[in-house]
Amino acid sequence: MKKLKLVLIGNGMAGVRTLEELFKLAPDLYDVTVFGAEPHPNYNRILLSPVLAGEQTFEEIVLNNLAWYAEHNIELHLHRKVVEIDRGNRRVIAEDGTVAEYDRLIIATGSTPFILPIPGKDLQGVIGYRDIADTQAMIDTATTHRHAVVIGGGLLGLEAANGLKLRGMDVTVVHIGDWLMERQLDKTAGKLLQTALESRGLKFLLPKQTAELLDDGNGRVRAVRFAEGDEVPADLVVMAAGIRPNYALAESAGLACNRGLTVDDTMRTSDPNIFSIGECAAHRGIAYGLVAPLFEQAKVCANHLAMQGTAEYHGSVTSTKLKVTGIDLFSAGDFMGGDGCEEITLSDPIGGIYKKLVIRDDILVGACLYGDTADGGWYFRQIRENHNVSEIRDLLMFGEHAIGDAGHQGQDKAMLMSDEMEVCGCNGVCKGTIVKAITENNLLSVDEVKKHTKAASSCGSCTGLVEQILINTVGGAADVKPKSEKPVCNCTDHTHGVVRQAIREQHLITIPQAIAALGWKTPNGCATCRPALNYYLISTWPGEAKDDPQSRFINERAHANIQKDGTYSVIPRMWGGVTNAAELRRIADVADKYNVPMVKVTGGQRIDLLGIKKQDLPGVWKDLDMPCGHAYGKSIRTVKTCVGSEFCRFGTQNSTQMGIDLEHAMFGMWSPHKVKFAVSGCPRNCAESGIKDVGIIGVDSGWELYVGGNGGIKTEAGEFFTKVKTAEEVMEYSLAFIELYRQEAFYLERTVHYMHRVGLEHIKKAVLDDEERRRALYQQLLFALSLEQDPWKERIEQTALKKEFERIPVAAL
Amino acid sequence: MNWLNICALTDIPQLGARIVEGPKGDIAIFRTSSDEVFALDDRCPHKHGPLSQGIVFGKTVACPLHNWQIALDSGEAIAPDVGCAHKYPVKIEEGRVFLVLQKSTHRDTRIIASTTAA
Repeated sequence: MKKLKLVLIGNGMAGVRTLEELFKLAPDLYDVTVFGAEPHPNYNRILLSPVLAGEQTFEEIVLNNLAWYAEHNIELHLHRKVVEIDRGNRRVIAEDGTVAEYDRLIIATGSTPFILPIPGKDLQGVIGYRDIADTQAMIDTATTHRHAVVIGGGLLGLEAANGLKLRGMDVTVVHIGDWLMERQLDKTAGKLLQTALESRGLKFLLPKQTAELLDDGNGRVRAVRFAEGDEVPADLVVMAAGIRPNYALAESAGLACNRGLTVDDTMRTSDPNIFSIGECAAHRGIAYGLVAPLFEQAKVCANHLAMQGTAEYHGSVTSTKLKVTGIDLFSAGDFMGGDGCEEITLSDPIGGIYKKLVIRDDILVGACLYGDTADGGWYFRQIRENHNVSEIRDLLMFGEHAIGDAGHQGQDKAMLMSDEMEVCGCNGVCKGTIVKAITENNLLSVDEVKKHTKAASSCGSCTGLVEQILINTVGGAADVKPKSEKPVCNCTDHTHGVVRQAIREQHLITIPQAIAALGWKTPNGCATCRPALNYYLISTWPGEAKDDPQSRFINERAHANIQKDGTYSVIPRMWGGVTNAAELRRIADVADKYNVPMVKVTGGQRIDLLGIKKQDLPGVWKDLDMPCGHAYGKSIRTVKTCVGSEFCRFGTQNSTQMGIDLEHAMFGMWSPHKVKFAVSGCPRNCAESGIKDVGIIGVDSGWELYVGGNGGIKTEAGEFFTKVKTAEEVMEYSLAFIELYRQEAFYLERTVHYMHRVGLEHIKKAVLDDEERRRALYQQLLFALSLEQDPWKERIEQTALKKEFERIPVAAL
Repeated sequence: MNWLNICALTDIPQLGARIVEGPKGDIAIFRTSSDEVFALDDRCPHKHGPLSQGIVFGKTVACPLHNWQIALDSGEAIAPDVGCAHKYPVKIEEGRVFLVLQKSTHRDTRIIASTTAA
């Protein structure tokens, strides 16, 4: 088949990122031609400031070297500006007459610095700050001249000023606003920033309006004159008063433009064959000048270029980080506040710390941090995820660390950590390794960091910290999204929510059906999505969808827990943690017969036989003659109990029997993640009900139910759910809650995370307020459970199921 | 080559594996959804996890211990991980799976090929 022709105008970060995304999806669909106005391959424009400051070299900030273009057979025209788009003949024409035909065209012409329309703007020594040439001009001027004036006290202007100062120039920043970075900072933070920069030797004039640039008589600038008539000397004037989308070329081709080249949610312009992304494109009236939105746009654009047609861009929440070494500043969202907003501020001008959080309708909508930005990543996540913060409001200002976090997730703050400090305790990865991997490989997402460093790839408890390090290293370019917005895996662009909904609405009952209906990019998914799909199918359509063992992690296929040496651990069911002499004798006999190297009591009041060979499992189960303990699965694990009123002199309720009954009722239940219950017989709470998915505490007048507790990676106390009178009610309410969780949670989401995502109110509404719904949920769970068998018993009795455990001996060959 | 008749193709589940007790350790025999069969040492190059117990997708298996992804046709770990599980010649004839117990030398030949190309 003849390949389609794709032309990219603009060899910058947005355009080339689109090509990279496209090659991932459809490497051979197009013959690609790229035009770049600059004589360089694609480089990281946001790192021009470190180059100016002398902290990095040009070579270090190149993102795609010439070999990359060659490798992808891209016809690359460097230093060739496109001057015409001939839409009638589908071709573009460059300054030097080069013509390229296209079937699809991407316009990624970026932006140009806004040059103040004042007398003297064309003098020698007056430049914008946009590209390598500008940066080189500044570096050169710094060696021969003394006085620099930067017009514009925004992000770019301050980075330019800082760099020029480090290069030895005498630098004055002229700003028209009342304080610096008024689009990113409020007044207080802006003033703190100014003080800090003044202490580094920068001078500021503000608010100040530039009227004219004066000639030294030889065509070079010598001074800046202001509206009031006063002057400052200037050998170099850097215009950093904002950028303008560069869409003149597109406009002259007749494409719809409105303060940028207008694009829809698929990044298409008014001509369906022409896409536009990056700073030149105006999506819903906004042209983004930060890198993170560009990357999101690139993904969407590539999806449509690859003819998949599923992705949509809905705009971005952005965050800003100033790249001036030694100054910590972070802002995100709507940090100015205003009508309908509440503000929480912390101000310590002497210590140089200022924090402001803006809350609207109990949701954090903006944050502005100066001096201590360690929690910037966490606030940014709260803003993006729209969490209701009313319950943590009094602690919000003190950061993630303050929110009952006993794990190491927020204990060490990313900013304060030294390079040698360990971030990932599972895989022994320290901060320096992560930062190095991020900068060397241009990593932008936690997933990429996981792949390259293994940090956060095991238990995941340091994910938040890795995210913080990522944000602190690459700033706004970090691709941090909550699970609810992330695709299930690389096989699809759909989120867990979309997949669950489609399975329900389209009545999908097999994995091949689901993969086909949802347009998976891989023939049979991967190790991430298949277990999720399998769970969604069997939990949505019990009795109809058939369990697929090959889509289950080995533990749920072998019905035992794999250990580091490939042996398994076996934990038989002991209802409510109660056992007897006969069971204990059988366990002891099994331990002898199979030379079990370790017998251990678990945290959930059961007995664990470790080091069993896989081929011995059916024999062990048969000899134990006890039910499967499901201690290996995304399933009901244990109901932990205390002694209760039968023996305990304090007991108010028969907690042991309640636990036994609950465990019997839920036997064989599959769930999005493991589920643990506990029942205590009095408020002394010896069964630790406060840190269980469902915790039940007997009191004299009945039972209290707590949900969403967790004693694992991050200790979470359960939320009080309700109080009921009878054991029957305990059963109905707690199982209804679990069924709701089974139906609504994402795969691998514990009850606490599910609860945080949907809100406790949502759960209370379904289970407590709506009696009919509660009954229905309870019945639905009982129905699903009625179809489950004891997996150990099945494998003892059915020869076909034993094959999984049989080895093929060499002797038989 | 000494082809050994191991088992019927249907003895291996689609997107699954079986273990052959090789003279020098276990060998994992995988079957893909399109009924291709591959044989590798049943040891992940990372921490020696039994690859036969992993989830199979496409022509890849994910190690059950730490989720390293190993390409079934080469035994090589998928980047950025680096390592190789040795591969054995395997074929299907008339519904039976045949295996040669000597390790393939594909890796050596490939290194020679790339050296020549350079």
